[in-house]
Amino acid sequence: MSFLDKIGFGKLKEGLNKTKDNLIGKVNRLVNARGVIDDEFLEELEEIFISSDLGMDTAELLITRIKERAVTDKYIDQKELNELINSEIRKVFYETTSEFKSFDFGLKQTPFVIIVVGVNGVGKTTSIGKLANNFKKAGKSVLIGSADTFRAAANDQLDIWAKRADVEIIQSKSTSDPASVAFDTVNSAVSKGTDVVIIDTAGRLHNKSHLMEELKKIKRVIQKVIPEAPHETFIVIDATTGQNGLNQALEFSKALDGLTGIILTKLDGTAKGGIVLKINKEMKLPVRFIGVGEQIDDLQVFDSKSFTEALFEK
Amino acid sequence: MLDDLTNKLETVLKKIRGQGKITDTNIDESLREIRRVLFDADVNYKVVTKFINDVKEKSIGLNVLNSITPGQLIVKVINDELIKLMGAERSGIKFSDRIPSVILMVGLQGSGKTTFSAKLAKHLKSKGRNPLLAACDVYRPAAIEQLRILGKQISIPVYTDDNEKNPVKISNAAIQYARENARDTLIVDTAGRLAIDEEMMNEVAALKKSLNPEEILFVVDAMTGQDAVNTAKAFHDKLDFDGVVLTKLDGDTRGGAALSIKAVVNVPIKFSGIGEKLDAIEEFHPDRMASRILGKGDIVSFVEKAQNEFDLSESGKLEEKLRKNKFDYNDFLAYLAQIKKMGSLSGLLSMIPGAGKMLKNQEVDDKVLVKIESVIQSMTKKERENPNLLNGTRRRRIADGSGNSIQQVNRVIKQFEDMQKMMRQFSKDKGRGIMKKMKLPANFMNQLK
Repeated sequence: MSFLDKIGFGKLKEGLNKTKDNLIGKVNRLVNARGVIDDEFLEELEEIFISSDLGMDTAELLITRIKERAVTDKYIDQKELNELINSEIRKVFYETTSEFKSFDFGLKQTPFVIIVVGVNGVGKTTSIGKLANNFKKAGKSVLIGSADTFRAAANDQLDIWAKRADVEIIQSKSTSDPASVAFDTVNSAVSKGTDVVIIDTAGRLHNKSHLMEELKKIKRVIQKVIPEAPHETFIVIDATTGQNGLNQALEFSKALDGLTGIILTKLDGTAKGGIVLKINKEMKLPVRFIGVGEQIDDLQVFDSKSFTEALFEK
Repeated sequence: MLDDLTNKLETVLKKIRGQGKITDTNIDESLREIRRVLFDADVNYKVVTKFINDVKEKSIGLNVLNSITPGQLIVKVINDELIKLMGAERSGIKFSDRIPSVILMVGLQGSGKTTFSAKLAKHLKSKGRNPLLAACDVYRPAAIEQLRILGKQISIPVYTDDNEKNPVKISNAAIQYARENARDTLIVDTAGRLAIDEEMMNEVAALKKSLNPEEILFVVDAMTGQDAVNTAKAFHDKLDFDGVVLTKLDGDTRGGAALSIKAVVNVPIKFSGIGEKLDAIEEFHPDRMASRILGKGDIVSFVEKAQNEFDLSESGKLEEKLRKNKFDYNDFLAYLAQIKKMGSLSGLLSMIPGAGKMLKNQEVDDKVLVKIESVIQSMTKKERENPNLLNGTRRRRIADGSGNSIQQVNRVIKQFEDMQKMMRQFSKDKGRGIMKKMKLPANFMNQLK
């Protein structure tokens, strides 16, 4: 049974509508307005790509390919031109994302430990609430560890999400050491036989070495309990993030000896999250989940095929 | 801050300088590279296009082709254009005679409104205002609790009503509370919202209508990409906000959003958030930021921050030093020692001319500070008081003594000299203005005691 059946393709499309309007919609409109590939056309195309946060490299790559295709494949009308451009964009999407299978909820190991990291304000806590809900719906027992001991009221926020998802949570009582919360959580999961452990961490800017050291420590203490943990290390990236997103992924990856996936949040806004293409490309780091709203079921399993289809479907 | 952009521009400009003579082609090539740098920095597409055109036009208008120092001319043109782009003037918060003056904070989810509201409250308190915070984010779980805790940390009252779900009602009750409790400034924290969420945008518009705030601040994450402009424009169309707050600027983002937003909505950037601590707030200075982008450092911010944090006797000494044009390694050391007391280290260090570059490949943490200190501490008393004494032999001794390479020692010396040069300039050019500015808050703090 595919988990995707449960989440509803319509919602995904709805959430991505803005993305579609901005990238594909704009390309279509441009083609309809101009109809031929000339310098001005390419310049406007470049603007569309850059404005989607795809980055200069990807924009240049796309434009070069489209120029080449236009020479070899002579297009007859606007419809063909449109298809030509769309297929090149689609190819870049596929090239960077198609090799990743969507997240498998049939866990091979329990407790299955997930650490969630990211810079401040990207939506870690909210994503964890939704993620817990996803696991719960997939029939797994979940324990959340609240290792954000820094931000005021982070505990309370996560507690509310845990209640909404109807899962258990472990919080720091007297200690302010995030590693000890992580340790307690994993220990408790082992003794209770919990299926999934999700560790929330405080938001931190990736260029602050002492905060990155703290993350390493969290990982180390978890490994004292379960040597092969964490089974997943997700970085949460805000879809509005610009080119700095790559630095974020690189630095968190460096600190934690690799990341296993991206949770891309806030896709229900006008931002396109184009930066993940660059991250996919440079780091081979797949998007695992996407956040498309503020409700508890607004975290979708990322599936490159349905994502691309949702992006292109008319 | 914006260090990467600075470094890249420096590389590009070095190329122009290296070629000695500017031709039509190498201008174009350089501009293309600058264009790429700006895109990588997340500056909006249209803003970049206009910027490049302006620079090109101005460069040619200046007849740089025949100039003896074309590189410097181009730097000047870029510098001027950047300042123009970010707004030549700095501007603070507007207050009225009304009690309380109201500041409304708005922005997307996760931009840092709640944290910044607390920082702003603390900042305004230090300037003699008497602020009250109002928790009007009724949606995000525990947002009210978060502000309550922050308020406690900075000893500033927070108006909350856990049972009320209407932000208009909460904030109006907060106004009443402020009047009754002699609070002259009300900072209203609101929920994060998407610009395309009509219902939520109407809610914040209703807040504006009801509160008639003296100041609406749009809070934006410095890491935001191309969408920054769309969001800022949508919020501005709806709310006509008065200022922008750029948060998380202590990261390694190039912060092109700052340039873009200013250029597109033409509203000044008033503050930046530069660290996790609640005093990590800075007034935004477009001119300094432009100069920073071009690698000149930002000594004025540094001095101001230092002056706020130093005890008054230290600050008096600093004034004296500036006046007498005497700034030696002991002073430098004293600054570094004080830095530890002040919020974000990386933010502060990037204000020291050349330090950003020096720190590029190193960890920006206390270790760096310790390194600089160790170099100075290995100097003799005489050397510290007479920086000119530091010849090759002495530098070698200092290097060995402090366990650093000679290059590292040279870098510290270079950095010190840059700083000294800046100091000298201030006492010459704008000394008076700066003195006045520095004296004002000092006197003010005296009154508070």
